[in-house]
Amino acid sequence: MKLSNMIVLGLVSIGAAAVLLPFVWMLSISVKPHAEVFSTDISLFPRSPTLQNYWHAIAETDIPLYLMNGVIVTGGILVLQLLFTIPAAYALAHREFLGRKALFASVVAALLVPFHVTAIPVFIGFAEMKLLNTYTALIIPFTATAFGLFLLRQAFARIPAELIDAARIDGMSEMGIAWRVAFPLGMPTVIAFAIFSVTAHWNDLFWPLIATTDPDLATPPRGILFFRDEESGDDIGPLMAGATLVIAPLVIGFLLAQKRFTQGLASTGLKG
Amino acid sequence: MIRRWTTDIILVGPAAIALILFIFLPVLIVFVLAFTDYQFGASSANWVGIENFADLFGSDLGRKAITNTLLYAAIVIPTSVGLGLLVAVGLHSISKTLPRFSNALKAIYFLPVAATLVAMAVSWQMLMHPSLGLFNHWAVALGFSPVEWLTDQNTVLYSLAIIGVWQSVGYNMVLFLAGLTSIPDTLYDAAEVDGAQSGWSRFWLVTWPMLGPTTLFVLIVTAATAFRVFETVATMTRGGPAFASDTIVYALYREGFVYFKAGYASAITVVFFLALLLLTVIQLLVVERRVHYR
Repeated sequence: MKLSNMIVLGLVSIGAAAVLLPFVWMLSISVKPHAEVFSTDISLFPRSPTLQNYWHAIAETDIPLYLMNGVIVTGGILVLQLLFTIPAAYALAHREFLGRKALFASVVAALLVPFHVTAIPVFIGFAEMKLLNTYTALIIPFTATAFGLFLLRQAFARIPAELIDAARIDGMSEMGIAWRVAFPLGMPTVIAFAIFSVTAHWNDLFWPLIATTDPDLATPPRGILFFRDEESGDDIGPLMAGATLVIAPLVIGFLLAQKRFTQGLASTGLKG
Repeated sequence: MIRRWTTDIILVGPAAIALILFIFLPVLIVFVLAFTDYQFGASSANWVGIENFADLFGSDLGRKAITNTLLYAAIVIPTSVGLGLLVAVGLHSISKTLPRFSNALKAIYFLPVAATLVAMAVSWQMLMHPSLGLFNHWAVALGFSPVEWLTDQNTVLYSLAIIGVWQSVGYNMVLFLAGLTSIPDTLYDAAEVDGAQSGWSRFWLVTWPMLGPTTLFVLIVTAATAFRVFETVATMTRGGPAFASDTIVYALYREGFVYFKAGYASAITVVFFLALLLLTVIQLLVVERRVHYR
C-alpha cells in the first residue's frame, strides 16, 4: 500500500472515531453502575459493565410506552401517507384530468414549505377542534406529503403506458391499477419514501412538543425529555439506556439495510 | 364523462384536500397572523401592520435569535461541507484498495443522520458535562482548564455548532461520494496525459470543477438544515444562558407555544420561511443553470 493511502486511511479513521464518540459514550454510561457514573475518575469505557440500567429503564420508567407511541405515530403516519399518496401519484402520472398540471405545480410548490411554517395555524385548528393531546393531532397533519407525492409520481411515470393500458383492457379499475400495478412496480421508491418518513417522524421533536403535553402520548424524543427533566440528574445511567433504546431501531435498521437507508435519506434534499 | 370525473376525484381528492388543509391554507393564515397581535385562545385580534416584524428586527431578543442563527450557520456550513468533501475524497481514494473498510467507515460517518438527534443530544450533554463529562476530563488531563461548554454565553453556540457539524458531515459525504463516482475515469486519464501527474493537480483540474454542481447543492442543503436548528437547542440549552443560544426556530417555538404570542411567532415564521425560499431561488438560479455540464 502506498504511503499516501496510509495517511488518508489514518485521517478518515480518526474522523470516524470522533463521529462514533457520542455513541460510545452513550453505550458506555448505559452499562455503568450508578457509582461509576458519578465517580470523579472518569473513563470512556465501563470498568464493571452491568445491564441494570436497562432493566430499570424498561421496568420502572415510561420508556416502553414512549417506544410504543413512536410505533403507533410513525406507523399511523406512514399508512395514511401511502393511502392518500399512491392513488394520487398514480393519477398524476398516468391519467389526463382537468387541473392535473395545476395539482402537480402545487405539489412542487408545497415541497418548499417546511413543517415549521404551518405549525401555528395547524395548532390553532386542532385547539379549536379540541384535538390537541391526541394521537390524531400527532398523525393527521403529515398525511399531506408533497415529498411523497412528488417522489412516487416520478417513480410511477417510469412505468410504461402500454402496461397500464393492458391492465385497463383486462378490466381492472383505476384504483385497482394504482394498488395492484403501480404500487408493486414502484416498490423500491415506496421503500425509500417509507424509510424517509419513518426516520423523520420517529426522530421529530418539534411537532410532538407543540401538539402534546400529556406524557402518556409522548413519542420517543419527547419522552426522553420528560424522563430527563423528571430524574433531575440522578438517573443518568437509565437515561442513557433509554436513549440507546430510542436510537436502536433506526440504527439497527440502517446497519442491516445501508444502501436502502442511504438512498431513502439522501434523496430527500431540502426536505432532510 | 361523469364516471371518469368521479374516478379522478376519488384518486386525487384526498391528497389534494390534505395539501390545501395542512399546507396551503396554513401558509396563508400564517402570513395574515403575522400582521396581527393574535394570542392563542383570544377571541379577537387587531391588525398591527408591520409591528411584529419591527419587534423582531428591532428588539435585542429578536435580533439575537437572528444573529445567533446566522453565526451558527456560518460555522456549520463551511465546516460540514468542507469535512464532508474531505471524507468523501479520502474514502473514494481507498475504496478500490480497501473496499470493505471504506464501506464500514462510510456507515459510521452516516450513522448520525439516522440516529434520533434528541437522544444523541442527551449523550453530547454528558460529554460536555462540567464535572462528569469526558471533554473536561480530557481537557484537564492535557493541562487545559475545564470549559463551560453549555453554560458560558461565549461558548455555547460553538458547542452546538460542533454537534451540527457532527450530524451533517455524513450526509454531505454521501452526496459528494455520489458526485465522485459519476466522474468518468477517462477524464483522469486525459488529465494525466496532459501532464497532471500528482493527485493534487488532478484534484484541481478534474475533481473540483466536476463536483461544482454537487458542491452548490450540498451548500444549499446544509444551509437549510443549519437554519432549522432546533432539537439540540431545545434539548440542551433551551436558548440559554441568557438567550446566547436562542435561534430562530427555537424563538418561534418559545414565543408561539410557550408564551402563546401567535401573531409575533407568525412573523418569525414568515421571516424564516422567506429566508429558506431565498435559498431555494439561489439553488434554482445557480445549480440548475450549471447542472447540464455534468
